[in-house]
Amino acid sequence: MPHDHHDHLSPSGHPYRPDDDHPLTYWQQMEIAIREILIEKGVTTAAEINAQIDTMDARSPANGATVIARAWTDPAFHAALLDDASAASASMGFDIGPLKLIAVENTQDVHNVIVCTLCSCYPRNLLGLPPDWYKSRAYRSRTVKEPRKVLAEFGVTLPDHVTVRVHDSTADMRYIVVPARPDGTDNWSADRLAKLVTRDSMIGTGLPKDPGTIAQPLPSG
Amino acid sequence: MGGDAAGPIPTEQHDFSLWEKRVDALMVIASSRGHFTVDGLRRVLEDMSPESFETMTYYERWIASVNQNLIESGVYTTAELAERMSEIAARGTTYGEASRE
Repeated sequence: MPHDHHDHLSPSGHPYRPDDDHPLTYWQQMEIAIREILIEKGVTTAAEINAQIDTMDARSPANGATVIARAWTDPAFHAALLDDASAASASMGFDIGPLKLIAVENTQDVHNVIVCTLCSCYPRNLLGLPPDWYKSRAYRSRTVKEPRKVLAEFGVTLPDHVTVRVHDSTADMRYIVVPARPDGTDNWSADRLAKLVTRDSMIGTGLPKDPGTIAQPLPSG
Repeated sequence: MGGDAAGPIPTEQHDFSLWEKRVDALMVIASSRGHFTVDGLRRVLEDMSPESFETMTYYERWIASVNQNLIESGVYTTAELAERMSEIAARGTTYGEASRE
């Protein structure tokens, strides 16, 4: 196995999909063929492909959490994010390119959830690659039909008066949920608030962490 | 797909394997070079049969769509692809053996 590039395999300890252990598949042959042809024709280079993978690996929900925490603490940024989330997130260094990003805000009366019923469109600039469940047939088909049941499976039970809005992403229109800022965080800094913002809270299948679970910062001076 | 009956949301998570990440990278790079758009990627996915969504993995559908788009935009021909794929099949029986750099 001279070329298996362990440096690109995630160390998180999740089981590998059988693809890695099975004999070479038709689709893997196709990937190798396309990659080699594109390199030979000068469309790309091996180094560029590796760099793109590194960029992808570096993106995580921590990006989104800093955006949300800033929106919670900076009214002008909050307005800018709701007005044009592509531009607002790009201004923080999380460029979504030509895609349109729309921020949808949770309130006491409205809870937003995002899905891509076809496939997996997802705000990758802010959250990284989507989790497997987001791409699953079950999530994609049921979220638009019975969102409250789906949310309950994620441990989110909403009062009946709360309206649930499901947003179906498309190839060039993505959504990010702005969760409601938890009570009891009035004097918190953006850095501290960001620790409350989970990936699932930005998809809508979760809520921010309980502020009581985040340690008090040490007194300074 | 949206609205169909389905079971509980699966909670397993797997690490993306190198070949899957490469498919993703090829899509991003080829579309940034103007060879196709994200709409083009999605169009081919939408044209696939419901069976494809049951039998192929996520990145298998993606590489099939990337391939279709690159052929349509004239980056290479089906003959070039076929020739290269049989050459690759002869290199070995695992992904590592068949990849050369």
